[in-house]
Amino acid sequence: MTPAALARLGGGTSRHIVILLMLLLAVLLAPWAVNDYLLTVLIVILYSAFTGQAWNIMMGFAGQLSLGHALYAGLGAYVAAVLFVDYGIGPWIGFLAAVPVAMACGAVIGFLAFRFGVAGVYFAILTIAFAEFARIGFDHLPAVNASAGLFLPVRQATRNDVWHLRGSPTMFYYVILAATVAAFVLCRLLLKSRMGYFWLAIREDEEAARAAGVNTFRYKMYAVMISAALTSFAGVFYAFFYNNLFPEQVFSIGRSIEMILGPVIGGIGTLFGPILGAFVLTGLAEALNAVMAFYGLDIPGAKQVLYGICLLVVIVALPEGVWPPLARRLGVGKDKL
Amino acid sequence: MTALLSLQNVSKRFRGLVAVDGVSFNVNEGEIFAVIGPNGAGKTTLFNMIAGALEPNQGSIVFDGAPIHGLAPDTVCRRGIARTFQLVRPFPALSVEDNVVVGALLHRRGVGEAHERARALLRRFDLFERRHQPASALTLPDRKRLEVVRALATEPKLLLLDEVVAGLRPTEVDRLVGVLKELNRDGGLTILMIEHVMRAVMALAGRVLVLDHGIAIAEGTPDAVVHDPAVVQSYLGAEAV
Repeated sequence: MTPAALARLGGGTSRHIVILLMLLLAVLLAPWAVNDYLLTVLIVILYSAFTGQAWNIMMGFAGQLSLGHALYAGLGAYVAAVLFVDYGIGPWIGFLAAVPVAMACGAVIGFLAFRFGVAGVYFAILTIAFAEFARIGFDHLPAVNASAGLFLPVRQATRNDVWHLRGSPTMFYYVILAATVAAFVLCRLLLKSRMGYFWLAIREDEEAARAAGVNTFRYKMYAVMISAALTSFAGVFYAFFYNNLFPEQVFSIGRSIEMILGPVIGGIGTLFGPILGAFVLTGLAEALNAVMAFYGLDIPGAKQVLYGICLLVVIVALPEGVWPPLARRLGVGKDKL
Repeated sequence: MTALLSLQNVSKRFRGLVAVDGVSFNVNEGEIFAVIGPNGAGKTTLFNMIAGALEPNQGSIVFDGAPIHGLAPDTVCRRGIARTFQLVRPFPALSVEDNVVVGALLHRRGVGEAHERARALLRRFDLFERRHQPASALTLPDRKRLEVVRALATEPKLLLLDEVVAGLRPTEVDRLVGVLKELNRDGGLTILMIEHVMRAVMALAGRVLVLDHGIAIAEGTPDAVVHDPAVVQSYLGAEAV
């Protein structure tokens, strides 16, 4: 990518280029600077940044609150895993198969909600309901080994095989890093497109958007389908990184909530918010783990309590999220990133 | 003259209340037509039916030769009717310019083009200097003007203005009236307005329809209408006649 292209992506000033290049350099060199444990933490952070970015398309751009995004990640995970386990089909082809499945599911939920005027908190409840259907359904589906879980065969790989997503944590790190960068670029392009303007108009005032000629039904459908498709990739990655899938875990509402914490804390509707939020949250959670391990403490649920406190602090002290005030401090326009 | 907008026997009931009762009128191409009447006369309901926000229980609304009653608001807008809201509704967190860009994108694919169009319109309505501010930071008169600009950005044949000068100072009323007159004269824009401020009605409207309790009680030039006994009675009470 040329510096000029980077500048356009970052908003057009040299400050943006410098900050973006420094960040890019830091994350590219990270695997040489950290141990295996920290590398896994970075993978979790990037995974969370990626899913947060995908969720942000619906809530941050189009103003539709989904609390059931675990559904799309879970579908992606299961579609790719079943194709791999039963038919030996690799994860990238599996991803291509997962996308239409996730999009179709998003389209069904979107159609039911947007056609029949289910909005706001009722829409959120509808998304939870579908994720719960999936959790219970997969829990009883023999084809995916039901509640006993689906396990991907693990080979002791001598070299990294990106095509089959088999290899070292470093390889997984670069895969999720590339995906996160791609999601960032995609979201930036979407936000600056005709559709992006219509999404923001819908988020701000749906009735006024309709009066200005925006076909709100259509653009909300696009938002849910694009968000679902993007989230399904996270599921594929999850399946091949962890190598085991349990419906109770992948479709649980806890997963959906974790996905939205990053953008909420970083800044809903911004491009850097989901990334920053993921770093802050997962970073703090791991720090807490380290402190507890140091003192020999084992408190179940401590992470969740920490998330709750973070959420509380951000909502009270920084209602826009952490990124917008930080962006102003850095002198980069928050509307640009 | 041909009728751009034609309402035939249009009614709207809310449960037991008849908000608009068998109203018929034509708005001709290129004219400025005002609907006046006391509070609760059914003016905004009438507007909402034309703009597609409400469906009439009865009657027909024909625009540019095709029926539009029952169509969705965005479809009505695409056919060439743009509206403002009585209680202004700009997109609060978006910049003034981006508010107008949303409208300008209706008939444009390119975002850059839409920005150019938006800036040209903002210049004309004295909002150019504020184009980077969020719409929520504007004063009420500016927000009202922004609504008009956003509506105009969709390139309507007919502009519906719902009490657009209410709450403005007399000098601001005169400025907005001046720009609207210009758009009508030079751009051939047809305007249908609901208005309480008679200063604006007298200055702008070629013809006026008076609504009272959902019924059209008078129609004619502004001068003729304000001297109509039925109109005086509905506005001032029977004792005044």
